[in-house]
Amino acid sequence: MKDPLIIAGEEIESRLFTGTGKFANHSEMREAIERSHSQVVTVAIRRVDLSGSGKHIVSDIPDEATLMPNTSGARTAEEAVRIARLGKASGMGNWVKIEVISDQKYLLPDNEETIKATEILVDEGFVVLPYMSPDLMAAKHMEEAGAAAIMPLGSPIGTNRGIRMKEMIRIMIDEIKVPIVVDAGIGKPSEAAEAMEMGADAVLVNTAIATAAAPVAMAKAFDMAVRAGRLAYTTGLGQSSIQANASSPLTGFLTPTGGDQS
Amino acid sequence: MTIRVNGESFACPESVVTVTDLLDFYKLDGRMVIVEYNQTIIQRDYYPIVHLKNDDQIELVHFVGGG
Repeated sequence: MKDPLIIAGEEIESRLFTGTGKFANHSEMREAIERSHSQVVTVAIRRVDLSGSGKHIVSDIPDEATLMPNTSGARTAEEAVRIARLGKASGMGNWVKIEVISDQKYLLPDNEETIKATEILVDEGFVVLPYMSPDLMAAKHMEEAGAAAIMPLGSPIGTNRGIRMKEMIRIMIDEIKVPIVVDAGIGKPSEAAEAMEMGADAVLVNTAIATAAAPVAMAKAFDMAVRAGRLAYTTGLGQSSIQANASSPLTGFLTPTGGDQS
Repeated sequence: MTIRVNGESFACPESVVTVTDLLDFYKLDGRMVIVEYNQTIIQRDYYPIVHLKNDDQIELVHFVGGG
């Protein structure tokens, strides 16, 4: 069944986006991205190390992937805009994940600065995906500013604590029209599936894959979980109830009467 | 001539005249590096024609792993 996600007119078959940080080496990263089937891949922008001959990461990201530079390191909208422009100047597309963070303990994004950066970058023709603290009104402002999708955090970056912000994300999924991509904090495939079962349009995973004992196998596990969760969502999950509802017939028991249990 | 490259002071050898020369000096691939010249991004086509001058501030950045 074809069920593509569409962001800025682009058809995306895999609802698992992956980050490229924290991998032990580039070849393992490449293999993991390939096995994840991800078509949207994030990168960061940093100064070149002038003392070394650092290999460029881009050569190890599959050509078919849409590159989404993040603005990590930005503490204000202005800094995010500067970093986004540098990313675009690479000539590798116009997608950007806005990330504006000044809180160093929990790395929680500054929604207000993120809204400002969204407005500016949308005007400049970027496809803007803001990373944000789940909040309906902030998300609405980002949507009004022209965000192509909105990326609420499940829990703080790199914590592997799962979808702690579940209720706020549920409300955003219900109320926001552009795609919702749950970003940050997803530590297990089951949590990725949970986000998809809730109706999230995609998830972004980095740490849980990159720091797994076997990143390629974990990339596969996440791919399967995201597909399973999405299929469950589109199929429609069954009702839950407090009382039991027998799955087996309630007649024809091997009792003297063959009658109903009481 | 002394310029600043990625925040560090850099005394240009005579061979370094343009942005292209600077990238060559550091053995950097111009297709992979983004150049900011005095806070303005310069497009690749201009690397050979932008001449460096004293006190210029150059940022050489590229993509690295990130989430």
